[in-house]
Amino acid sequence: MAESSEHQPLTEAVYYILLALHTPMHGYAIMQFTKEISNGRMNLGPGTLYGAIKTMLEKRWIQAVETEADSRKKEYEVTLIGKQVVQNEMERLQELVKNGKHITRGE
Amino acid sequence: MEITKLRLFINYEKEEQWLNKMAAEGLNLSSYKFGRYTFEEGPPGEYIYRLELLKGEPTDEQSRDYLAFMEDYGVECVDTYMNWAFFRKKSTEGPFEIYSDFDSIIGHYKRVTYLLGTVGVVNLFIALFNVTLSQYNMYLSIVNFIIFVLFIPILLSYIRKINDLKKEQALYEK
Repeated sequence: MAESSEHQPLTEAVYYILLALHTPMHGYAIMQFTKEISNGRMNLGPGTLYGAIKTMLEKRWIQAVETEADSRKKEYEVTLIGKQVVQNEMERLQELVKNGKHITRGE
Repeated sequence: MEITKLRLFINYEKEEQWLNKMAAEGLNLSSYKFGRYTFEEGPPGEYIYRLELLKGEPTDEQSRDYLAFMEDYGVECVDTYMNWAFFRKKSTEGPFEIYSDFDSIIGHYKRVTYLLGTVGVVNLFIALFNVTLSQYNMYLSIVNFIIFVLFIPILLSYIRKINDLKKEQALYEK
């Protein structure tokens, strides 16, 4: 974790894409996954997804998977760095919820 | 059957609306050359059309990679013109927007604003330059000046949109 940017809040799209890629999948499958897991709330645009994939590849949060069968469609999977980024984000989200509950409900 | 219509748009969102209105009536854009739209007849409302200003020429390696990605995603690139791409997706597959978060929506508006701004300023310079030459050039100058004037309100509307989105972005996650 050399870069401090890896502790910054993630966008919802990036967070869900990283979750999706715990199983290797291609672009369209990522979109379907995020839609399903968010109960249809998140409709990931292909332009946004493409940009996010390129940036995350550069940051080595994800990597391309070598596929034999259908090599035209590129599949991606999360890297160890990417997994750590997700863990950090989950801790941050938990803190948000914990503080929210503490102040609004006195829990 | 093919139908050709002649139109000129400066505002790409108006153009997109018009293409979607045509598609809703069963006229699907199949090709575009400057001001010339060719449609093919099909079932009404079969497609949703979206226009995008690509980051480079459609033949660039980066653009080709992007267009291949779009194809895998079920998005068809019907035609390209300069750096513009005309995309469509089957409407049965649900809503279709190319960009879904603030950063990428703002990024695209910025690209369009930059293009319009550049073309506008170039026309203003040509207009000013021609004025100084001769009577004949002055008539030409008027054409460039009109183009410049037509661009201003559209440019301002995009700048306003970018600013509004940035305000939203300060409050909300998208």
